[in-house]
Amino acid sequence: MSYEYIKFGQEEKEFIKKIEEISGQNIYSCYQCGKCSAGCPFSSKMDLTVNQLINHIQMGQKEKVLQANTHWICASCLTCTIRCPREIDVAALMEAVREYILREEPEKVKIADIPKDVLEKLPNIALVGSFRKMTG
Amino acid sequence: MKVGVYLCECGSNIAGTVDLEKVAESVKDLPNVEVSRIYKYKCSEPGQELIKEDIDEFNLDRIVVAACSPRMHEPTFRTVLEDKGLNPYLLEMVNIREQCSWVHKDVEKGTEKAAALVKGAVLKSAAIKPLGRKKVGVTSKALVIGGGIAGIQAALDIANTGYEVVLVEKDSTIGGKMAQLDKTFPTLDCSACILSPKMVEVSRHPNITLLANSEVTEVDGFIGNFKVKIRRNPRYVIEDKCTLCDDCVPVCPVIVHHEFNEKLAPRRAIYISYPQAIPASYIIDPKTCLGIEPLVCSKCKDVCEPEAIDFDMQPEIMEEEFGAIVVATGFDTYPIENLGEYGYGSIHDVVSGLEFERLISAGGPTEGVIRRPSDGKVPKTIVFIHCAGSRDPAKHLPHCSRICCMYSTKHALMFKQLDPDALAINFYIDIRTGGKDYEEFYQRAAEEENVMFIRGKVSELIQDVDKILVRGVNTLTAESVELHADLVVLATGMVPSEGTKEISKILKLSTDIIGFVREAHPKLKPVETAITGVFVAGTASGPRDIPDTVSQAGRAAVKACNILAQKELEVEATIAQVDELLCRGCGFCVESCPYGAIELKAIDRYGHSYEIASVNEAVCKGCGSCAAACLNGAINHLGYTDSQILNLIQALSEG
Repeated sequence: MSYEYIKFGQEEKEFIKKIEEISGQNIYSCYQCGKCSAGCPFSSKMDLTVNQLINHIQMGQKEKVLQANTHWICASCLTCTIRCPREIDVAALMEAVREYILREEPEKVKIADIPKDVLEKLPNIALVGSFRKMTG
Repeated sequence: MKVGVYLCECGSNIAGTVDLEKVAESVKDLPNVEVSRIYKYKCSEPGQELIKEDIDEFNLDRIVVAACSPRMHEPTFRTVLEDKGLNPYLLEMVNIREQCSWVHKDVEKGTEKAAALVKGAVLKSAAIKPLGRKKVGVTSKALVIGGGIAGIQAALDIANTGYEVVLVEKDSTIGGKMAQLDKTFPTLDCSACILSPKMVEVSRHPNITLLANSEVTEVDGFIGNFKVKIRRNPRYVIEDKCTLCDDCVPVCPVIVHHEFNEKLAPRRAIYISYPQAIPASYIIDPKTCLGIEPLVCSKCKDVCEPEAIDFDMQPEIMEEEFGAIVVATGFDTYPIENLGEYGYGSIHDVVSGLEFERLISAGGPTEGVIRRPSDGKVPKTIVFIHCAGSRDPAKHLPHCSRICCMYSTKHALMFKQLDPDALAINFYIDIRTGGKDYEEFYQRAAEEENVMFIRGKVSELIQDVDKILVRGVNTLTAESVELHADLVVLATGMVPSEGTKEISKILKLSTDIIGFVREAHPKLKPVETAITGVFVAGTASGPRDIPDTVSQAGRAAVKACNILAQKELEVEATIAQVDELLCRGCGFCVESCPYGAIELKAIDRYGHSYEIASVNEAVCKGCGSCAAACLNGAINHLGYTDSQILNLIQALSEG
């Protein structure tokens, strides 16, 4: 059996701090009730539920967070934010993870790689979000 | 003889399954029946009035009420008889609800059974006789057993009401487990700071006699009149002479584990548990001292200027009488030696919650700096394992001890306050914060102090060079996780203390499967026990925190004062009665009595001495065990005599 090794070194601490800084949320306010995941209209499309993603951030498991599709599936409908009993702006956390990835990897989304038919169907907001470069 | 029969519908509770019209019809022609009536709620005020009117109109002298269990309304209807000047024991209750309508679905059969039961009661009522309640005197003094926070509070509350209290404590000092704690959740007040004023008050209270280093060995008697033997173990130090100068300690050559510090520090054979101990006197531990029989060493005695040491002290047995007893004998924590997957207590840096409490206490062996027992290093990563042995009916304790979530959170929070860069990880199954301000405390720990919580159990702990490899699971993300910890704290739950187990046997208290004292009713009689006049407070009856313990102690004190305030007590009249001519003194009844109410007593019969059974009317609960056990039929259970029961059986067998 392989175990996930839990450590809180400099790298983990910096990752958590950055997410908290971008989102303006205390990640440890979350007590894992799961109400965000319960109400999320896109939960079934996510590989990790919203609360699982938050739990990984709490544990400093950066790789697990970055590999997930959760924050990309998030439509920023704010249902989670409205319903969170701990007043966490969960949507802002999802945005923070996207932001974190784009800052690390500004060229993550290349417009040339997006097929034309897909490009035409995409809402503008998705494109704006994907090309946010060197901001913040 | 004129009998009135009253049938209660109890709404649809009874009327739904029993055709009461038919029952009324069937009893009408029974001997002596003057009147029979059906009413919707017999226990209501108009229902009771109806009986009173009939007593006047028909001159009734026997009343049969067919309704619910006599446990519910027998006292109600007895009062009706008393109000009309009749003896209250001329009432017969028939339980046609719990024993009939509630257990049957078929109306025909339910009706048939109800009719038979009522007929039995009517025939039995012909044989019943008026009974008188005896009165017994009361000794207005209370005994409190156990000097932890529960016993201290109960003793103070009784003493402040104006009654004398004897407080017996097995240890050398009062204070109990609470004295071992550093801080208390959720306010983080210093435990000793809030406890020691109460301890001092006990020592100075004119109504409290404190007997530390003493044990209750025997209890006889009954409510209002308990006869108690207390053994005062020798202290070998004269309390009044000891000046606490500490000259004796450095010269003592014997070094042993100090129990107060959970054996994480040494003490000498002569010692004081902790500076605030009450009584404020040193004590010699006779098991390890070299001065007590044979006298090999007397170094402490040689240096003791006030001449307070007396190696020749002997145990004393005291006998005293009390009106009420409060049991406050407390808990122990579940031994970590039982937890195999966590190292059976053999991994040095795996400690119990109580041990951690001493490690973090400013008055503890490390003066408040948390140091690992193995090498004295200050840990940077501590793992706290909740429910260590709790909620585990398969192998350990079935119950939740209610305090462990909070104390582990407190430990983690205090550790983080000492070292904000350190890592404090709690593995939990559920976080239970059912107390005032408890949830807020837990959220503060997570949110502000950065205490980590991982939902899942730890499967095993493995010593890995100088660290402990912790293998567990995060059930929220479905990952098996592992990490290295410098120290692991096991949040062990509560079990009844040895003292609680011993005193339950001495007092014949009923206990649950774990050994906690069973309450007379879990909700409405939470401090009463199966023995009237004996109350229980604090963790002797189950896991609870300090606020609940203090509240319970207050209630136990009030209940004890209820007894002490009375000059005499009435005892139940439906008890066992010995026919002295039939009794041959075999003693079967003595053995069958669960309350110790019967003893053999010598009487003079035609110039010869015979032993026969004698019932203590104040102790007898009227259970009937003795009457069933008696081979000669010499014991009659008043209210249920053989002739009365035979009438009943006859009626039932006729159908």
